[in-house]
Amino acid sequence: MNKLSNIKNIIVNGPQKLDCGKEISNFPIAYETYGNLNDRKDNAILVFHALTGDQFAAGKNPITNKDGWWSYALGPGKAIDTDKFFVICANVIGGCMGSYGPSTIDKNTNAQISTNFPVITINDMVNAQFNLLEHFKIEKLFAVIGGSMGGMQVLQFVSNFPDKAQIAVPIACTSSHSAQNIAFNELGRQAIMADANWKAGKYNEDKTNPDKGLSVARMAAHITYLSKKGLQEKFGRKLQESGDLKFSFDADFQIESYLRYQGSVFVDRFDANSYLYITRAMDYFDLSKQFNGNLSKAFENTKTKFFVISFTSDWLYPTSENREIVIALNAIGADVGFVEIESDKGHDSFLLDVPDFLETLGSYLKTNYINLNEKRI
Amino acid sequence: MKKEFKVISELIDNKSKVLDVGCGNGELMKYLHENITQNIRGLEISKESVQNCLSKGLTVIEGNAENDLKQFPDHSFDFVVLSQTLQAFLDPEKVIQELLRVGKKAIVTIPNFGHWKVRLHLLVKGTMPVTENLPNEWFNTPNLHMCTLRDFFNFCKERKIKVFKSLALKGEKTLNINTNNISLRNLDSQLGIFLIQN
Repeated sequence: MNKLSNIKNIIVNGPQKLDCGKEISNFPIAYETYGNLNDRKDNAILVFHALTGDQFAAGKNPITNKDGWWSYALGPGKAIDTDKFFVICANVIGGCMGSYGPSTIDKNTNAQISTNFPVITINDMVNAQFNLLEHFKIEKLFAVIGGSMGGMQVLQFVSNFPDKAQIAVPIACTSSHSAQNIAFNELGRQAIMADANWKAGKYNEDKTNPDKGLSVARMAAHITYLSKKGLQEKFGRKLQESGDLKFSFDADFQIESYLRYQGSVFVDRFDANSYLYITRAMDYFDLSKQFNGNLSKAFENTKTKFFVISFTSDWLYPTSENREIVIALNAIGADVGFVEIESDKGHDSFLLDVPDFLETLGSYLKTNYINLNEKRI
Repeated sequence: MKKEFKVISELIDNKSKVLDVGCGNGELMKYLHENITQNIRGLEISKESVQNCLSKGLTVIEGNAENDLKQFPDHSFDFVVLSQTLQAFLDPEKVIQELLRVGKKAIVTIPNFGHWKVRLHLLVKGTMPVTENLPNEWFNTPNLHMCTLRDFFNFCKERKIKVFKSLALKGEKTLNINTNNISLRNLDSQLGIFLIQN
């Protein structure tokens, strides 16, 4: 029995036209929910996950038995308080946690779709997830929130559906993937494709996996999620327990064994082809290009209230790129707040215990919910 | 609430669009939001204050008036407020230009360096003035460009900036400033509040 079979999903009849020109229909979107939708249906938050996330944002992930990826921020009494809000989180299309992706079995061939899966975009992911609003009969979300690739989905969502969210919180993201971002993603893809077990994406047919390639991809990416200072403080030049250099290529340094460990646990939970497709979608993301180079146009007529958040030590999606979003919104007089949170934890800050971030986000959501929805009544 | 903020709020039309530059912990913004207009934004340099404002649901951007006003289009606000910080900028002239570009009108308040206590302090003690309104020593003051009410008047006159309303705070009292009483107000008031336009 497939362990993904108990996962909640909706089947989208479609057809949904993709940016690549192809159409998809009758495909699954796997999701999870937290908290309860109130009678007025005005307390729903759609949370978008990042590159390697999934729908299990809080609680225990039933597949990996680990805490959900946003356990610090999401749950009862947390910043995104599930005692108050109804949170929906879906696995993106292209993903590998039950949504339509390269590891979905093609009923005609009984094999994984693998590289026959169409190249998808952030826009395609958002359009697919929009079907969840219909499923839950939610006219308007209270908020759309996400970090990193999740933040890109927030921006695309508000651009596509300007009247469907009261609040938008894009965190540690960009409106346009930079050359450096693309370069790191390409490094990861090349590592996967250079693994002999990748077999042009058809590894599942031979019951193998390009674990080495995917692991290297994860190791390289993981470095980009941390800051130099954070790495130095945590690991420095500390050696493994033996305490001596071994004059070999084993993991002498703690940072080496840490990265190897990160790589090895990642391959157990993530599909290599999904990694290719999702990084590609991120690279193709350029919201201003969708509007002929004018990012402000992406948000024209929006009534949504924005809160953009960046982190001081995030060099992957630096403050300057987050500020571009703020500038574009101010140019059209949109309601936008912005703060750069002090943190040594790099890009990963949004996933970690960073009290200034969690407290500000939590109070912001609670106060605005009261101002926008409770005072009205 | 500070008397100064009460006077500022009386200069702002109902339902107008306001930008509070250097909004601090959002005291004025909150008052304006509850009493005058919902359409208000803040710009603030201190992260802690920005977090504080956002937590209260106020729309505030972290930034500095010298660099970050340029993102706002011409006349995108009805009023831009700058309370007691003009003297702390490297280039106050540029900041005033930016305020008047972004706002149709600007409200600028200035701690008066011409106040008699300040003058007396320098005259008698011969050291840099430290008063209730200007509590810092010369070596740790953020104030780079102190001016008097008369200085600011002259500044506006030379640049043909229209001064619609000029008020002085003398203790808890609000007084009008005009050409006849400027010498006296420049001596007896702690604060000047000016409504200006290009």
